Amino acid sequence: MLDDVNTLVDEALAAAAAASSSAALREVETQVLGKSAPLSAAKKGLGALDPDARKSAGQALNQARATVEAAIDARRGELSRAERAVVLAAERMDLTEVVGSHPVGHLHIVTQAWEALEDVFVGMGFQVAEGPEVETDWHNFDALNIPPGHPARDGFDTLYVEYGPPGSTLLRTHTSPVQARTMLGQEPPIYIVAPGRVFRRDTADATHMPVFHQIEGLVIDRHISLADLAGTIEAFTTAYFGPGFHSRLRPNYFPFTEPSAEFDVQQPDGSWLELGGCGMVHPNVLRAGGIDPEEWSGFAFGFGIDRLAKMKYAVDDLRDMYSNDVRFLSQF
Amino acid sequence: MKVLLSWMQQFAPISGDPEFLARTLTDLGLVVESVGTVGASLDGIIVAEVLELAPHPEADRIQVVQVDVGDGVPLQICCGAFNMAVGDRVPLATIGTTMPSGLEIAQRKLRGQESNGMLCSAAELELSSDAEGIMILDPSLELGRPLVAALGLGADVLFDIDVEGNRPDALSVAGVARDLAAALGVPFAVPASPVAETATTAASQASVEIVDPDLCPRFGFRILENVTVGTSPEWMASRLTAAGMRPINSIVDISNYVMLELGQPNHTYDLDLVTNGALRVRMGREGEQLVTLDGQTRAITAADGLVCDGADEPIGLAGVMGGASTEISATTRRVLLEAAVWDRMTIARTSRRLNLRSEASTRFERGVDWAGIEHALDRFCELAVELCGAEVASGAVVVDGSLVPTPPVRVRTARVNHLLGSSLDTEQIRSLLEPIGFVAESVEADALTVRIPSWRPDSTMETDVVEEVGRHHGYAKVGTRVPRPAQSGALSPAQQARRALRRAMVGAGFDEAMPMPFLSPADLGSAGLPDDAIRLTNPLVHEESVLRTSLMPGLVKAVVSNQSRRNARIRLFEIGHVYLPNPDADAPLPLEPERLGVVLAGGDAADAVRLLHLVAGSLGLSNYRIDNADTVADRAKGPRSGRELAGLHPHRSAEVVLRGRTIGAVGEVDPGVLEAFGVTGRVAWLGLDVEPVFAAMQSVPQYSPISMYPPSDLDLAFVVPDDVTSSAVVSTLQKTGGALLRSVELFDVFRSDALGADRRSLAYRLRLQAADRTLTDAEITSMRDQLVTAVAKRHKAGLRA
Repeated sequence: MLDDVNTLVDEALAAAAAASSSAALREVETQVLGKSAPLSAAKKGLGALDPDARKSAGQALNQARATVEAAIDARRGELSRAERAVVLAAERMDLTEVVGSHPVGHLHIVTQAWEALEDVFVGMGFQVAEGPEVETDWHNFDALNIPPGHPARDGFDTLYVEYGPPGSTLLRTHTSPVQARTMLGQEPPIYIVAPGRVFRRDTADATHMPVFHQIEGLVIDRHISLADLAGTIEAFTTAYFGPGFHSRLRPNYFPFTEPSAEFDVQQPDGSWLELGGCGMVHPNVLRAGGIDPEEWSGFAFGFGIDRLAKMKYAVDDLRDMYSNDVRFLSQF
Repeated sequence: MKVLLSWMQQFAPISGDPEFLARTLTDLGLVVESVGTVGASLDGIIVAEVLELAPHPEADRIQVVQVDVGDGVPLQICCGAFNMAVGDRVPLATIGTTMPSGLEIAQRKLRGQESNGMLCSAAELELSSDAEGIMILDPSLELGRPLVAALGLGADVLFDIDVEGNRPDALSVAGVARDLAAALGVPFAVPASPVAETATTAASQASVEIVDPDLCPRFGFRILENVTVGTSPEWMASRLTAAGMRPINSIVDISNYVMLELGQPNHTYDLDLVTNGALRVRMGREGEQLVTLDGQTRAITAADGLVCDGADEPIGLAGVMGGASTEISATTRRVLLEAAVWDRMTIARTSRRLNLRSEASTRFERGVDWAGIEHALDRFCELAVELCGAEVASGAVVVDGSLVPTPPVRVRTARVNHLLGSSLDTEQIRSLLEPIGFVAESVEADALTVRIPSWRPDSTMETDVVEEVGRHHGYAKVGTRVPRPAQSGALSPAQQARRALRRAMVGAGFDEAMPMPFLSPADLGSAGLPDDAIRLTNPLVHEESVLRTSLMPGLVKAVVSNQSRRNARIRLFEIGHVYLPNPDADAPLPLEPERLGVVLAGGDAADAVRLLHLVAGSLGLSNYRIDNADTVADRAKGPRSGRELAGLHPHRSAEVVLRGRTIGAVGEVDPGVLEAFGVTGRVAWLGLDVEPVFAAMQSVPQYSPISMYPPSDLDLAFVVPDDVTSSAVVSTLQKTGGALLRSVELFDVFRSDALGADRRSLAYRLRLQAADRTLTDAEITSMRDQLVTAVAKRHKAGLRA
């Protein structure tokens, strides 16, 4: 009987191996393991054997069945993998044929520089303040120690608007009026930056626009000194431009600060770049903002955002930045 | 301000590497824009004498010149100038010379005639701007000598300094030298100017009365006689040229020279033409006129300062420009030399009004050294005696107007150190200040009382003096410290929302544009906007003479310029302010609402609405709706607000309503507007006030429990009249469905002849779901009936058959 069993197993294994598809294998499975298969029939004949022979024959039959089942499982796996591979091959796509159907837009480079600057100063503990673009001459000039008739007013090439008494309303020439508004609006300590749009009566050329953007910083606290200003500018320089960049202050003149300074940034190649103006807030400006200059002191700084963007992205001509040409806008 | 090193050396023994000196000046706040050498490039230029002049046989414009350079051997030069005569001494650039322009002189032939060098004009040698002919030299100069040595012009260094508004003292050679000497630690002194005087006194020949003392803090004059006006010597002409002024004649040159050297502008009158020899200094009167030196007749106002004669007739515009009637000429016998200090504001106003900015008015505006008047008069006279053979009447007449010297300033040591972050002691502060003339009148342990020098009218208070200490201590010596705010830094919620909106727009495929916020008045009409824009008082050009009241014209113009460049995919947005008259008449400033504006060239109203939903979805906005501009049903809700819809297609636009408030509009730009601006094709538009959007973004969604029970979906198609909006139908469905109606979605719009004109089929998919149970078939049927009935009743819209 064992020989018969071995023969049945060999035949079943051969049939499974010969099955060329999952469907054919299912038929083989029915033939060799189904109810009417010889192995099943042999099991039914066990009852006729004596108990010892029945036991050994039973074990042999179980063994045989397990061998056949395992072989069929293995073959099933092989076949389904092969069949899946054929299906997948038939689904082949050239992915390089696919083009983007939803192009994304682009932030203006002034916005990109503006937000990067805000982020640096927020990281240094500053809040971001805003103010109106149409300003009173008081906020734009008087409050900043530039009284009527002060020669510095001439240097700003101010655009005035017809609103209120003549000469009383203008397009802010710098972001500094936000200093005055902040001081009048909140108690010290003050740590703010004020980015924004500013206006000058300038004909557009490669380096000037009648409308451009500045960022202003103002710190008012107890015991603020020129050293705090120098330290803040240096910390900003490294944070914004990167390691290897340093700053220096050199004396300059602005009506709203004293001592005043120009700040330059040294690039890793050693060359210097004039960046902006800064200084200790003038006592007259503190007083105009309702702050006692004996109790509080502070510094302010300011510089152009457009110029930073122009430098970073190597734009030749400022006018291109404001052309609104999609070929320009979509580069960045 | 251009300053020669040799000129500064008259005042202080300044020496060192020019680059080091330039750095030192820059560190003092006298920013050196450039350092140049003067005179050094004149090697190879020697003095020659013209021996013979002959026409070139083959060229009309060239003559053949024989010159002697001292060796008696004639040297032939071809020259294009004809101003010299035989016997003139002239500068010759010998072969091998590199001219200041970089030109190399070589031996060559001009149409067959040999030329062994080049005769030079003053301009070619950069000694003056005179390019008219060859420079004719003093006949006493030794032949063959290098020109630089013969003229006494050493090689020199020229610093071009950018002088800030608070440093009137640095608008003079002496002032720059004083600051630099202090920084270098070398002594500074203004040399005395001795004047040989005649027996007659100035006071006996002329007088001055200051009628309006506020106009003129100080006025001084001296009298010079027998002035011979000639050409200035080379040393003076070359210094003036280096400083950027053109030598004119000896008396004008001395005037400019003294102004540059000492910072004191001055003016000369032909005294015999001054009625009664009397000067009256007063403010002008409306209706008065004056012919100024440039021949222009100037209308005087009450805001101008005048110098008048004894008959009270104006003879000069104080501090700005002299009058023609008393101008000195070849026949002038007696000269009155004026040196005064004028009210800064008056000079600034008059020079600005007449557009007469000059070296003199610039100095008067910033403030000149009132105590320096006497010395400036003396220096002028000293030079006039030397160069013009002048005889000087004895004495100067100096009269004070409202001269108010700056009171001494108390400078607290602690304050200095507080502001500078330094740790200087009182004595160190004193030693930094005294070399620049801030002399301590008294010294306490912890403070100085400092006299403000007369040449620093900008300095009046403690802080001003602190800046001087800082400059001379050196900003570089101030340490660095980073202040630590107690607060944490952050963007405000609105600022964060603005960033989110920008990114939503970028994610939706739009490029951020930045049009100028100015419009032409015609743009308003073209864009269908009311003519209430705020006007600029002094616009640069008419096309940019009003402030925008809408973002639309700027963005539409950007579409036009992109189309004209044949650009594809023109999808632009802007977040920016518009400027509207403030309805509050007492408010000093206009309103400046911040807006989002979006244009999609080639897009239609549906694209705009889809964009609105996309952006609203990415910002987490719900609770908004859109109301068609033209439908009866919407119109019943109230008057149109107007401005939002201005310039939009009347039948393809809608107001955007957020929490019951109109915040903008969506749709298409009116084809008429597009035509006016020259746009091709349709333009989809979305415009929103961002402030209410940002506010709505702050609301925090509250959790609504998720039902565990199965939903039932229901499709209903209604035949709806065209004047009923889909949103009205949806609203009815929602009201009727109540909490059981989880969602309504319009999935099909269909028109056909069978449905009839003026109506369309709107098919909605409704999802019904209860939070607490599975809905029974009976409940669903009942709900369906209620929904159908409500829509039929309210909108005269039946189910589609």
